[in-house]
Amino acid sequence: MSTPANSDLPQLLRIETHVGAANPAVPRAELPVVPRIELHSSRISKWLDWIFRNVLLLCSLSVLGVMGIFFYELTSRSKLSIAKFGLHFFTGQTWDPVSGDFGALPFIYGTLLSSLVALVLAVPLAVGVAVFITELCPRALRGISSFTVELLAAIPSVIYGLWGIFVLVPILRLHVQPWLAHYGAWTGLFGGPAYGIGMLAAGIILAIMIVPIIASITREVLVAVPQSQREAVLALGATRWEMVRMAVLRNARAGIMGGIILGLGRAIGETMAVTMLIGNRPEIARSLFAPGYTMASVIANEFSEATDDLYLSALVEIGLALLIVTVIVNAIARLLVWSITRGNSARSNA
Amino acid sequence: MHNMSTPGPVSTTLSKPLSLWRRATNVGFIALASAAAVLVLAPLVAIFGYLLYKGIGSINVAFLTNTPKPVGESGGGMANAIVGSMMILGLGSLIGVPFGIGAGIYMAEFGRGKLVTLVRFTADVLNGVPSIVVGIAAYAMVVLPQQHFSAVAGGVALGIMMVPTIARTSEDMLLMVPNTIREAALGLGIPQWRATLQVTLRTASKGVITGCMLAFARVAGETAPLLFTAFGNQFWNLNPNQPTAALPIQIYSYAISPFDEWHKQAWAGALILIVLIVVAVSAVRFVTSRGTMANNA
Repeated sequence: MSTPANSDLPQLLRIETHVGAANPAVPRAELPVVPRIELHSSRISKWLDWIFRNVLLLCSLSVLGVMGIFFYELTSRSKLSIAKFGLHFFTGQTWDPVSGDFGALPFIYGTLLSSLVALVLAVPLAVGVAVFITELCPRALRGISSFTVELLAAIPSVIYGLWGIFVLVPILRLHVQPWLAHYGAWTGLFGGPAYGIGMLAAGIILAIMIVPIIASITREVLVAVPQSQREAVLALGATRWEMVRMAVLRNARAGIMGGIILGLGRAIGETMAVTMLIGNRPEIARSLFAPGYTMASVIANEFSEATDDLYLSALVEIGLALLIVTVIVNAIARLLVWSITRGNSARSNA
Repeated sequence: MHNMSTPGPVSTTLSKPLSLWRRATNVGFIALASAAAVLVLAPLVAIFGYLLYKGIGSINVAFLTNTPKPVGESGGGMANAIVGSMMILGLGSLIGVPFGIGAGIYMAEFGRGKLVTLVRFTADVLNGVPSIVVGIAAYAMVVLPQQHFSAVAGGVALGIMMVPTIARTSEDMLLMVPNTIREAALGLGIPQWRATLQVTLRTASKGVITGCMLAFARVAGETAPLLFTAFGNQFWNLNPNQPTAALPIQIYSYAISPFDEWHKQAWAGALILIVLIVVAVSAVRFVTSRGTMANNA
């Protein structure tokens, strides 16, 4: 950079080369090319700084504002239903828009059961994949494996639903459900006619959708476990499994729990794929083969058709319940994950 | 790393060989973890494979240039939905990108104290709020006062969803800029706002742009918040203040319809949607990585 042609460049550019020389850790390519800058008189620049700072402050306050608006709008628009049904709204089992009687229990049941099925299927797979990527996978495959997991997270919900309707449901109906009905009938979970569409299909598609979330958080947490812990356990003669169990999983369990709760939050609020696969019938059935309905699906299906104020207000109240539950679930999950990964965040200049 | 699962020469001479149980659990563990990786990979391959197989067969010129046709008539397409999606996403980005980057800069550059921790935490929690709830909020904020559905309402919903993602990634990227660069800029006497925008933000621009694209890709396929904001439309509409077709809505309504012809169109639409998302993300990857190579050369 210190060619003779440089001597007539402004002072700034020479200082830039100086920064690079004093700080060899910064690759030269990363350094900004600083344009010619004219200095402002100090009073104007103080004003501009003040404006700049406060505009940015407004931007970050907008995040808080949006959350506030969500709660305000949903609470005020569901007043009618809250006033009329009170807590009975969450225990009532009838959903009858015509006579104006609304109880959300079948939707709450459907949301909880489909999320539970999803967690049971997804957690072992997600933790297994995360352990595979961080502890077992050859270094060359590591990038590809985590890229694949990220790719799964980028597929839109509606495409999962489309695939579910035309691929997953026929497979379930023709192959999986007869098998489950034959060997698992004694549990009571696999009775009744096998439509394909129903709670089981919704749970499976949800599981496929939340595996990437749980896996990527778990991976992040596993990477945060210090290498020395692994080395210490291996040096004592542990096998690979014993090392993972004693050194890795035990240290990371709070973070893994956080990832699982985060996945639960996503499963509770997931709308399109579930709406396309669950069957949309407001019933409480024990069998996983039976169709059900979730809180998010009922909003998606009926919101734009809700004609009278009470009906709309009841749907908004379901939305409010979803909002409160997901905010609580996500807050717990974030606190758990932060407690593990705070040590090695991106704060390189701290 | 790879040899550690089997006892090496040292352990056989110094200690007893591993018991059968320990060896068996170890092998079982490796087998189960590998099986999990395969099982997770399987649906991805199945979805992409089926999407390509079904989608390519159904895409034709009419699909890309026509509006939807009634059942029974062939030659319908989703051109209006593709354009409508672009319009809604553009409006969403107009809201999401400036607010997101602004919040990210504030958290990274002025990020001391309780307020910023609260904003960071709220952004993370906001990220997990279901998209259908965002849709209800946008309905209450835009559709109800206006008394009609519109692309603007859809844009507001998607824009709100982009803010937390962009804010958190921008913050992370800005925090990776070494403090010496900030100090060098401020040491020259230029005001803080120019130092931040023209030096710090510029240094981190690659990461910030990638964050914006990730947020864009995330909301591009969102259907639920558009159902009662943009609403959908069977005809051409370029007025952002009117109900507007969107690709995900069109895919949804065709997928749950009972007609074969419409199912085909749903697959074609899904393929276009995935291609749009993948192209958007990889275009940015390409541009930013080319920038690095040019700098290195």
